[in-house]
Amino acid sequence: MIQFEHYLIVSALLFCIGLLGVLTRKNLLVLYMSLELMLNAANLALVAASRFHDNLNGQIMVFFIITVAAAEVSVGLALIVALFRRRQTTNVQDLSELKL
Amino acid sequence: MIETLFFITFALLTLICALLVVANPFSRNPVTSAMFLVLTIISMAGLFVLLNAFFLAAVQVVVYAGAVIVLFLFVIMLLDIEEEERRKLKQFSVYSGILVAGVVAVIAITAILSSGIGAYASASPVIQGNPAPLGKILFRDYLLPFEILSILLLVAMVGAILLSKKDLK
Repeated sequence: MIQFEHYLIVSALLFCIGLLGVLTRKNLLVLYMSLELMLNAANLALVAASRFHDNLNGQIMVFFIITVAAAEVSVGLALIVALFRRRQTTNVQDLSELKL
Repeated sequence: MIETLFFITFALLTLICALLVVANPFSRNPVTSAMFLVLTIISMAGLFVLLNAFFLAAVQVVVYAGAVIVLFLFVIMLLDIEEEERRKLKQFSVYSGILVAGVVAVIAITAILSSGIGAYASASPVIQGNPAPLGKILFRDYLLPFEILSILLLVAMVGAILLSKKDLK
């Protein structure tokens, strides 16, 4: 029988895969996709908690997270397009002006 | 029994596709990553169905696979980033990234297993997956956050249009 812990472990592993992508990839677009993976890991944990604790508030939270993620992606991709128009790159190693 | 089988299938599919999004050994093309992200999202919708969250499974497929990934693909194909994929990864950053993610995974899984969090879970869930109670909660208890969220979407839309204009004046 599948327990609450199993879903939480899948969620933790998914979060760590997203973290791995954020830490190792250099392309801004793939970095954004890794961020989406991490948000989805949180969603999975919240839905599992909602199911196993008989409380629908977790599902409402996931609904809000999905909406905020959609807004975040639209603004972030617009920023990437503006950045590419100015600098002709989406590689994070070429964007290091703020580094000391 | 059949539920366990479906859980294992969808969980493995989610994790393998997620791994192929970030670390595909055959292709570093962002389009490939986006396609595997679609597969990840859809197998995660399968997990949501197993958790009796049918409405969220539908929203997941429509909003993520239908809107967000299409937006990603639009931008990838709009920007011509062919030369990006030939650049070499630094060995040190790859190994340190794997180390950090692995340590975080070990810490999280140990914490989950040793906390006994499953003991508080109810054995027989009462949530039947009917979207009507969800709508009642959303429009009764969470009406103000819902309206604020609509304003947030409007602001995001205006911001995205403004940011992608040619000259920011």
